[in-house]
Amino acid sequence: MRDIALVSFAQAPSVRREQIHNEVEILMPVVAEAVRRCGIDRRDIGFTCSGSSDYLAGLPFSFVTALDGVGAWPPIEESHVEMDGAWALYEAFVRLQHGDVDSALVFGFGKSSVGPLREVLSLQLDPYYVAPLWPDSISLAALQARALLDSGEYGEADFAAVAVRSRRDAKSNPNAQLSGDFAVAELLESDYIASPLRRHDCAPISDGACAAILASGDLARQLCERPAWIRGIDHRIDTINIGDRNLCDSASAKLASEKSGAAADKIEMAELCAPFTHQELILRRAMGLGDEVRINPSGGALAANPVMASGLIRIVELAARIQSGEIDRGLAHATQGPCLQQNLVCVLEGE
Amino acid sequence: MSEAVKKIVTPISIEYTITPGAAPTKFLRGIKEGRLLGQRCPKCSKVYLPPRGSCTVCAVPTVEEVEVSDQGTVTTFCVVNIPFYGQVQEIPYVCAAVVLDGADLPCFGVVQEIAVEEVRMGLRVQAVWVAPEERGYTLENIKYFKPSGQADAPFESYREHL
Repeated sequence: MRDIALVSFAQAPSVRREQIHNEVEILMPVVAEAVRRCGIDRRDIGFTCSGSSDYLAGLPFSFVTALDGVGAWPPIEESHVEMDGAWALYEAFVRLQHGDVDSALVFGFGKSSVGPLREVLSLQLDPYYVAPLWPDSISLAALQARALLDSGEYGEADFAAVAVRSRRDAKSNPNAQLSGDFAVAELLESDYIASPLRRHDCAPISDGACAAILASGDLARQLCERPAWIRGIDHRIDTINIGDRNLCDSASAKLASEKSGAAADKIEMAELCAPFTHQELILRRAMGLGDEVRINPSGGALAANPVMASGLIRIVELAARIQSGEIDRGLAHATQGPCLQQNLVCVLEGE
Repeated sequence: MSEAVKKIVTPISIEYTITPGAAPTKFLRGIKEGRLLGQRCPKCSKVYLPPRGSCTVCAVPTVEEVEVSDQGTVTTFCVVNIPFYGQVQEIPYVCAAVVLDGADLPCFGVVQEIAVEEVRMGLRVQAVWVAPEERGYTLENIKYFKPSGQADAPFESYREHL
């Protein structure tokens, strides 16, 4: 395996509704900043891969127009995944293993505000038996949260505690959308959105974008003082049939974590993409992340959740802490699909 | 034997509120006033119309606003002879790429007030606008292009825009 690292990255601050700029206009300065920060000439980047969704944008081939903002002349080698940018990073990692190119640009972007997000996400469900019933994303997450409560292992206060910690940590994240000091008791007084979930249990609706530059071996060391090396990366998927799954567990997250080699050494920090408070609890248990692991110092998806960029943001937030020397080893996670159906785990290390 | 289920119908409808973006918004506001507002790339100086807010070649934002003429040159064209669903024009008619004076990208439009067989590359044309009170935020404000009566543009003047 070739050594591949994140050498540079940038994010757009997440906002509830970006009313002036379109997706390309949000993305362009983010890509430019990621390229500028590592000093690579954009024409030297060997591969470009993006993650976005036409269903989210409400436009066909929206990822093609995004290339306007990237600069595709002279013609570039480019690919796209209809997934979070974290999966674009996975594809770029695999592409760089071929050995003929040494750098890649990956990005994820989306405006969750332009359509009814809860219903847009219903379009990813089984088209015969489930999608025609229009169960929305929050209702499905609420079924999962209910199952978790019924298992007797967690209570609604445990959910709220995740929100309290996330919003408190988000105070130091300039890209976060929701932050502040709250008390569990105070949050538990609010009404349910979809019982047992309250507003604080759900990620905000966000518009945003994230970009990262990957480089191999010596190039990574040239471009960056302390690259964040990808030591393991894996993604797994559970069945689309929600009734066939144990919703209190995440078999795919557990397997992705195992295959990524996370357990080979100490994990100091984990950036988990949990758009609902209870999902963080499920993920921690599935991946065996104990109290000694610092979880989501960025505030996580509960503080900013631009769909299609949120997972990639987890990876770059972890990479930032490795580049700064704050930690030596950590794990980042991304998810897609209803109730944590698909999970990606990426282990990053400093040298 | 029971009848096989060959298809099911599951209607899907989602409404979106799309933001055109900063650059297209300026263009759409301009065209409502009968003005054509493009943007110039700070690196290669090409003028994009309609503007997308970036130069696709240089990968930099375009900021400088440039008002473009509503006169231009036909760079290439086709004669439409086939009827199709939703057709507005009577066939045969001419659909042309017109590079407006001051712009570097051709835009598309219908050429009228000239016999179909007389339309040619280099033909100088002029936009025919709908009445000011009927204009909206749409390219349909230009009804069609008609010959301006000027001498044909030499090939060299538009060869880069083909």
